[in-house]
Amino acid sequence: MKHFSNRYIFIFSSVMVITVAILLSLAATLLQPFQEKNLEIEKKKSMLESIGIPATPADAEKLYDKYIKESFVLNSNGEVVDGVNAFTVVLRNEQKKQLDQQYLPVFNASPDDGEKVIIIPVEGKGLWGPINGYISLMSDLNTIYGATFDHKSETPGLGAEINTRGFEDMFIGKKLYDDTKFISVNVIKGGSKPNDIHGVDAISGGTITSKGLEKMLFDCISKYNDYLLKNRN
Amino acid sequence: MSTQEKEPMFSAKNVKLFTAPLGRDNPITIQVLGICSALAVTVKLKPALVMALSVTVVIAVSNVVIAAMRKHIPDRIRIIVQLVVIATMVILVDQFLKAFVFDVSKQLSVFVGLIITNCIIMGRLEGFAMANKPWPSFIDGLGNGAGYGIILIIVSFFREFLGSGTIYGYPVLEKLGIYNIGYENNGMMILPPMALIVVGMIIWVQRSRNKSLIEHK
Repeated sequence: MKHFSNRYIFIFSSVMVITVAILLSLAATLLQPFQEKNLEIEKKKSMLESIGIPATPADAEKLYDKYIKESFVLNSNGEVVDGVNAFTVVLRNEQKKQLDQQYLPVFNASPDDGEKVIIIPVEGKGLWGPINGYISLMSDLNTIYGATFDHKSETPGLGAEINTRGFEDMFIGKKLYDDTKFISVNVIKGGSKPNDIHGVDAISGGTITSKGLEKMLFDCISKYNDYLLKNRN
Repeated sequence: MSTQEKEPMFSAKNVKLFTAPLGRDNPITIQVLGICSALAVTVKLKPALVMALSVTVVIAVSNVVIAAMRKHIPDRIRIIVQLVVIATMVILVDQFLKAFVFDVSKQLSVFVGLIITNCIIMGRLEGFAMANKPWPSFIDGLGNGAGYGIILIIVSFFREFLGSGTIYGYPVLEKLGIYNIGYENNGMMILPPMALIVVGMIIWVQRSRNKSLIEHK
């Protein structure tokens, strides 16, 4: 084996590291627009799913423009904040702010059955990482019209079940309020009672994810309390 | 260029470099490497296929890069150099998947990143590319990637077919009307332990067909 001097090794590694750095930053910069587009489509797709419209990456944008017409941002007092694009609000960054400075996005949608629906994004913590989703409410701003959830790294077959239709569909028709008292929807271990309007079944083996999801719903939706109470009909 | 040398491009030796890892020198069933990802990404055919392709690209390209530089890599930092090459390739592949096959990239999640730690790749770089020319190294990379991929595809075929009743997402059993006569999917097949059992069965079949592979104490 040829002997290499320390000097050679230093130069070799420096050149290697610089080459790799240039290569990777170049690739990241060139591919970024495609990746951001994918995330945007993914977001639109999830929102459509929360109002019961199945979308594929190919038609998500068209369907989004068709069904989700309007979006705006609220503050925690339920007042509309002007000049903020609801679609680009990053919930995770908002949640780090003081409550009265947070932007709360709302999307108005009108599915084919003529219902006027609002979509609220939610984000929280699962067992291994962030979980998020969209909850759509009927025009009484109390009954859940649909829900969709997603996760980064929950356990497949256990916590990861939150993004299956079977779990998400249990939320349909559940109520957020008892008259004017905010209850949210509870995820109940061992199964909810058949006539429980505030409860859905937890996932067996996915208790921590289920609890995280319950907390996510309560924390995120309760911020809209003022708006929901003021505008219900 | 290796093409201008005496040895033809597809000499028997080179062809063997490709075929050996498919069968009697398979990285998963014989060398028992890369099991972790083989368990994780084989629930459905599509992610398994993408994973197989990704790993093949990473091994083949890394092998060529390392083989081309082999005389200039200082011995003392060779493992670091190999890791840098693998990591770079994996990040590039990951970025490409995120940009062009987003849904699959979501299913594969962390496992693309974990290709970096796949022992098959380190093994080929250290064991083959460091001592061979770029062209044979390329074939060796392709062969080992394919050997890994073929097991992934077999395992995911059975897991998807028996666990979800579909083949590459196409609901075969539903179309055949098997469910109407009381058949149900085996939910166990979706869970990771079944991947291990299926891999075990492949090993069993392979060794009972080729007795020379059986280790004697």
